[in-house]
Amino acid sequence: MNEWLLLLGMLLVTFGIRYSMFAASDRVTISPLLKMALQYVPPAVLTAIAVPTVLLPDGEHFDLSYLNARLVGAIAACLIGWYRKNLLLTIIVGMGAFLGWQWLVSQ
Amino acid sequence: MVGAAPFGVIFGTLGASSELSIAATLGMSVIVFAGSAQFIALGLIAAGTHGLSIVLTTFIVNLRHLLYSLALMPHVKSLPQQWKIPLAFWLTDEAFAVVSQRYRDEDDSPYKHWFYFGACFLFYVNWQLCTWLGVTAGRAIPDATEWGLDFAMTVTFIGMVIPYLTTRPMVIAAAIAGVTALATHSFPHQMGLIVATIAGVAAGVWAEKRMQA
Repeated sequence: MNEWLLLLGMLLVTFGIRYSMFAASDRVTISPLLKMALQYVPPAVLTAIAVPTVLLPDGEHFDLSYLNARLVGAIAACLIGWYRKNLLLTIIVGMGAFLGWQWLVSQ
Repeated sequence: MVGAAPFGVIFGTLGASSELSIAATLGMSVIVFAGSAQFIALGLIAAGTHGLSIVLTTFIVNLRHLLYSLALMPHVKSLPQQWKIPLAFWLTDEAFAVVSQRYRDEDDSPYKHWFYFGACFLFYVNWQLCTWLGVTAGRAIPDATEWGLDFAMTVTFIGMVIPYLTTRPMVIAAAIAGVTALATHSFPHQMGLIVATIAGVAAGVWAEKRMQA
């Protein structure tokens, strides 16, 4: 698919959602169940994307060994993220652990 | 705005080292303007996902903006269309946080929509500048994928998920989404991602309802 078509599609769905209620009348309401469900979407999507990139580094096979630098980096990111709750720090420590470990096991 | 700046730079850096062209990386910030959905799109492009699945995922990820649109609707309903359209286009998480606070203020200033407009305009310009900065930096690092710099996306996502994990239903939702994603990773066009998201959300809702009961 052409990348500009992709952007157009993303624009249409994003703007459509943001504009929908501005355009609709007062009578529209969102059910409490949908409201409850929506708050779980961001963590669910992000986790669903991240987990396979860590445990299936080649996209097909599980790699739970110490040779998997992505696993080491992800564990480091989880630990620092949990204790410090700072996104930038999490990225830096996670990447540092990953690159460092990758260098170590390739020696 | 300061909070969003590193994201903009990181997005630009990752975009420049992805299969997305430089123009489309900048273009995504200009015409889509949706932080987390932009990151997720990059992640999916790297995984070779079909465009339609990316658009569908964007829809699911941005559905939460329905709540923002609903919450601000009473304040904008008397404004003309030429106001509603840009204000809706700029309605990001950050804009909602700032603007809904302003509308909660006691004073009944009739110019609150100007505050909305001004805040969003600044957020928008800031996001473009940061993306551009990141793209410039990203181009300076050759063969980013070979180095494994795509892993920056994964750690970014980890850092974004952790603040959500403060309640048991949230932890259950994330865990089920992760396990389901592993189980369904061989589905074509990354449809497993959609299945995993729905499974995670359903598990979270189920757990929350159980806790209330």
